[in-house]
Amino acid sequence: MSTADTAEVDAPRRAAPAENLLLEVSGVQKIFPGVVALDNVKFKLRPGTVHALMGENGAGKSTLMKIIAGVYTPDGGELRVKGKALKLHGPLDALNHGIAMIHQELNLMAPMTVAENIWIGREPRRLGFVDHGELRRRTQALFDKLKIELDPEAKVGTLSIANRQMVEIAKAVSFESDVLIMDEPTSALTDHEVNHLFRIIRDLRSQGKGIVYITHKMNELFEIADEVSVFRDGKYIDTKLSTEVTRDQIIHMMVGREITQMFPKDEVPIGDVVLKVENLTVDGIFRDISFEVRAGEIFGLAGLVGSGRSNVAEAIFGVVPATSGQITIKGRPVTIDSPATAMRHGMAFLTEDRKETGCFLILDVLCNMDTAVLSQRYVKGGFVQHAELERDCKAMANALRIKTPTLGETIQNLSGGNQQKALIGRWLLTKPKILILDEPTRGIDVGAKAEIHRLVTKLAGEGVAVIMISSELPEVLGMSDRVMVMHEGRMTGIVDRADADQVTIMDLASQ
Amino acid sequence: MAIDNAALHQPAPMSFKSAKRKWPPELSILLVLVGISLFFELLGWAVVGQSFLLNTDRLIVMILQMSVIGIIAVGVTQVIITGGIDLSSGSVVAVAAMVSASLAQESGYARAVFPSLTGLPVFFPIIAGLLVGLVCGLVNGGLIAFTAIPPFIATLGMMVSARGFAKWYTHGQPVSMLTDQYAWIGSGVMPVVIFLVVAAIFHVALGYTRYGKFTYAIGANRQAARVSGINVGRHLIIVYSIAGMLAGLAGMVTSARAITGQAGMGMSYELDAIAAAVIGGVSLAGGVGRITGTVIGVLILGVMTSGFTFIRIDAYYQEIVKGIIIVAAVVADQYRQRNRRGG
Repeated sequence: MSTADTAEVDAPRRAAPAENLLLEVSGVQKIFPGVVALDNVKFKLRPGTVHALMGENGAGKSTLMKIIAGVYTPDGGELRVKGKALKLHGPLDALNHGIAMIHQELNLMAPMTVAENIWIGREPRRLGFVDHGELRRRTQALFDKLKIELDPEAKVGTLSIANRQMVEIAKAVSFESDVLIMDEPTSALTDHEVNHLFRIIRDLRSQGKGIVYITHKMNELFEIADEVSVFRDGKYIDTKLSTEVTRDQIIHMMVGREITQMFPKDEVPIGDVVLKVENLTVDGIFRDISFEVRAGEIFGLAGLVGSGRSNVAEAIFGVVPATSGQITIKGRPVTIDSPATAMRHGMAFLTEDRKETGCFLILDVLCNMDTAVLSQRYVKGGFVQHAELERDCKAMANALRIKTPTLGETIQNLSGGNQQKALIGRWLLTKPKILILDEPTRGIDVGAKAEIHRLVTKLAGEGVAVIMISSELPEVLGMSDRVMVMHEGRMTGIVDRADADQVTIMDLASQ
Repeated sequence: MAIDNAALHQPAPMSFKSAKRKWPPELSILLVLVGISLFFELLGWAVVGQSFLLNTDRLIVMILQMSVIGIIAVGVTQVIITGGIDLSSGSVVAVAAMVSASLAQESGYARAVFPSLTGLPVFFPIIAGLLVGLVCGLVNGGLIAFTAIPPFIATLGMMVSARGFAKWYTHGQPVSMLTDQYAWIGSGVMPVVIFLVVAAIFHVALGYTRYGKFTYAIGANRQAARVSGINVGRHLIIVYSIAGMLAGLAGMVTSARAITGQAGMGMSYELDAIAAAVIGGVSLAGGVGRITGTVIGVLILGVMTSGFTFIRIDAYYQEIVKGIIIVAAVVADQYRQRNRRGG
């Protein structure tokens, strides 16, 4: 395998280097309203390699991949597939040229079966009708090849996120694609599922496919990738072999500055009990959850995906009210029947799924930030005090370093990390006493992650009781004063910071 | 709590320009209105030999005809912004027309619906008409909020039942001999005045109040709205009640203008109102749309009807073209949205 050449001159090498590239992109430009998303970017993919893309949110990784997959049309530049210059007309065109993308947001039809989803539009037919037997055989053959154990007849809606991801991958492979683009495929997977995914990726690599792997997780990079390209602020920075680069070098390339401390845990005075939960139960989901959170404390909630962590948070905040149990806030027993009630008791809840339950994607940043606080302030006689509201939202956006040209920008044009910051801003404007964060840094780059960690620590220092759910153990361990671990809807233990390590937590999580 | 105070006073890493747009979103629809008007102006000189626009009488008649649709469309716009739909407005027009007319009959009219309730002050039929509309809307909203059935079904049911109620109310007999006071509501330019006042009120409500902010939020993402502490069910009931009340108001105006109440009034008005909103840029997916757009949409429908009649084109063709325009408006809207997303 040739080394990653950053300053290459094509001419003297004859046609050879272009021949063995699966994909070559040069000089690509993409401009969104108010944002230059990509500026003169290049990228090369060799067959039989896993090529990681790294960069902070808004660095342009996802945009570049959407251009390669035909989702976006570039405003300039060249795309070569196996040496041939191409102009792609939509994702289907890209698929026909052997480029398949597995999107961050899964694009499957829940009410249909696995097999139907994979072969949609290409169903084997007999006498004009779909040949279900053949459909099943083909799917099974595909799964055998990929060593995926799934029932082709299962409805996609009944599958876990991890299994849906497997279906997406099988679908991409079924197109005989040579280029597979994976956008943060492990963000919702457990460690076990990640290992399975990596096995499949290694198989595909050995078959000579090129895999583009977008990730924010440094350890994955060293485990699976052969090469890594780094982007920053819409610009291409550099490409390195993963064997000849260190973690610190990559972080340095990504942020252009040093990140001093990943989990800035301060010792803050712990105050009185703010939230007390006793025997909280939602029938059929989780039962008998009891814990206390004090002012200034960061209370971690750990467990595998599906262990009921998020459901506990939803019950406390009244999204799906508890069927039994008692919630006490500052010594007063309360009944939380809706999020509105929870907010009146000083709670705030950053949900796990930014797209489904967080953002108003078609509305602007200001509207996304002001929704919660309007129930409490900035309204006089029904009228919104717009000047004050906008002033405070601007200040909040500045304090959180939200990157957007104006607060009037539609939020879907912002990167995931900046959307997340806007949602955090939505809740901080309400000045909560109890802040529940469900996966606050999922799909967020290192820089923004550190900023959010610092912010959470700071809020705790100001006396807020924080409950933080995270699938990333280092995050939970680094941030929390105490960690509660759940397994299949039951609480398996509460561990103090001093006693908490990855082994203890994983042990409790898989009891 | 000093959560944000400290955070707010950090040095600003970047400055924000104020949140404003370059073009108001209604500009393109306004251009369509101007284009269609000029089209008829040119055709007018070519076919009939006179001006289409420079005829105040014709313009007034056109706006008068559209006022009732306009009043309904203001309510329907708000419903559509929440991501819903209201198919019942035409039937609610009929119910309100019948009920309010039945309380506005001249004193001593022997064959009145309620012989003992003739010659009432105009206050009573007005309140009754608004109340009837409000109750219909309340039922719509309540069904949608509490049973979680789709708005299409809930309001379809109301559409059928309310029409039935209007017919049952007098066993199909028209309600006539209405008082002059009542007739005044629909006389002269009153319908236009009512339409413009209603449009102005709800333009302000949608743009500058918490009610408006929440309406858009629910339409943009109902789940996120609920998690942000909005009482979605209660808000939907309010929105549908307002739409029902405005349909009731439109029913009163209709009966006052015709000086009679009839069970067949308002037939298919709901579709014209929805069409006006959609032409005016209100997205059926929810979260997008403004009253100004709907008003322009109403005018576009009015200009088309009036223009085709003016150049003596059959009513049949008018309907065919109207259908095409509605579809074109939605296609244009989707195209606009795709461009906005930068795809």
